Amino acid sequence: MQAWLDNIKGEFDLNFIQGSRWKFLVTGLGNTLLITLMALAIGLVLGMIIAAVRSTYDKTVDNARPSVGRRILGFVNGACKVYLTVLRGTPVVVQLMIFAFVIFASARNMLMVAGLAFGLNSAAYVAEIIRGGIMSIDNGQFEAGRSLGFNYLQTMWYVVLPQVAKNVLPALMNEFIALLKETSVAGYVAVMDLTKAGDTIRGRTYSPFMPLIAVALIYLALVMFMTWVVGKVERRLRSSDH
Amino acid sequence: MTTDVLIRVDNLSKQFGGGAINALNGVSAEIRRGEVVVVIGPSGSGKSTFLRCLNLLELPTGGTITFEGTDITDPKVNINRHRQKMGMVFQHFNLFPNMTVLKNMTVAPVRLGKKSRADAEKQAMELLERVGLADRAGAYPNQLSGGQKQRVAIVRALCMDPDVMLFDEPTSALDPEMVGEVLEVMKRLAHQGMTMVVVTHEMGFAREVGDRVIFMDGGTIVEQGSPDEIFNHPNHPRLQDFLRKVL
Ligand SMILES: Nc1ncnc2c1ncn2[C@@H]1O[C@H](COP(=O)(O)OP(=O)(O)OP(=O)(O)O)[C@@H](O)[C@H]1O
Ligand SMILES: [Mg+2]
Repeated sequence: MQAWLDNIKGEFDLNFIQGSRWKFLVTGLGNTLLITLMALAIGLVLGMIIAAVRSTYDKTVDNARPSVGRRILGFVNGACKVYLTVLRGTPVVVQLMIFAFVIFASARNMLMVAGLAFGLNSAAYVAEIIRGGIMSIDNGQFEAGRSLGFNYLQTMWYVVLPQVAKNVLPALMNEFIALLKETSVAGYVAVMDLTKAGDTIRGRTYSPFMPLIAVALIYLALVMFMTWVVGKVERRLRSSDH
Repeated sequence: MTTDVLIRVDNLSKQFGGGAINALNGVSAEIRRGEVVVVIGPSGSGKSTFLRCLNLLELPTGGTITFEGTDITDPKVNINRHRQKMGMVFQHFNLFPNMTVLKNMTVAPVRLGKKSRADAEKQAMELLERVGLADRAGAYPNQLSGGQKQRVAIVRALCMDPDVMLFDEPTSALDPEMVGEVLEVMKRLAHQGMTMVVVTHEMGFAREVGDRVIFMDGGTIVEQGSPDEIFNHPNHPRLQDFLRKVL
């Protein structure tokens, strides 16, 4: 027993204390959070725009006069569809590498490139979540808003989106939990994220157990915390369910 | 009742599914100010489509609709402005579930800059008082009965001070014991001189409150006249047949 404890202590000392290797984990965690937050912001904004285009097109497809604006909307809608198909139809690691080694091959800040790549990928999923939320609102809500004199955007803003926000918030937060874990492949493009940090320590100490378990525990703690927040939000939403 | 025409419908047609379904085939009609026009007819005859074309919730395929002297089917017209003057009440109420009764009623006049919040709330409370729901101002729609919901939907439309009210089967989704309370509100509205177009299966209401009854079938107006003419002296065989089935 004593020997076992000593062994653990030695391992811990070797992997985290010696050469201040714990600093890798701190840097990695910081980068992981930074990439996730950047991706989250990009994903939300772009996702909302795509969802707006897609649902506006779908909502008005039967009841719109042919016009130039309508044709432009049709074109943008088509472009959005292609975007969704491509981004959701290819692995995020491949997208990440294309961004890092093809599109932004000369970029020096790979952290930014990774944030952008994950953001553009996340946007595709966010867009579909929000679009689903908009389409799930009874058409009678649109009609009631329009019949009171609200224009399309006002109806969206004052009537529909508040209801959508409530419905999709849990799904969106789950998407962000998935996003956090997905960023663990950022090491493919030489970004020192949390996973890469653990792997780097392993490469120096030739002792895989401690660093990888530490990395796993940190992810787990983050995910459990976020899940707890989602649960709290869901309960709050349900209790205000009208 | 004056003879001032509020809405003139000329040769209105509406197709669905890229021409596969002819919901309206050249309907022409006039709605005069202060008049209560009741639209009856079998299922699928185009009553809802006709009503929903009046405020362009359904975009007509052909024909024109002139509201207060403006051809609102002209693409250059800002339909939102005219819709503010045309209240609509739906079969399924369509109250905003995330807003209180009071908010349901005030959101449009306030956000559209028609009234201050204080004025809108004052008017909303007066209207709720009149339909016996003042104590439910803070309730959410899912806390109301069907009849209460529909009464709220009616006063919500009234908060925009409309010149005409359009009703699409306002009592069809209600339990029988709640039909009366909604019809009562509509009856009072009619007596106050509101111009109303009412699609309904309530023949008693049509007879008692209607100034004019329009019978539709197959996307056209087959016969129209006073309630007495329509119900006691129907001419067209299809109207006679319809009345035999519903009365
Ligand atoms: N959005 C739509 N898309 C396709 N067809 C439609 C649509 N709305 C109505 N129709 C068709 O148009 C015709 C007229 O429908 P409408 O709803 O106006 O009839 P209605 O007289 O109101 O019937 P009901 O008494 O059942 O409400 C029907 O054949 C209907 O199937
Ligand atoms: Mg109908």
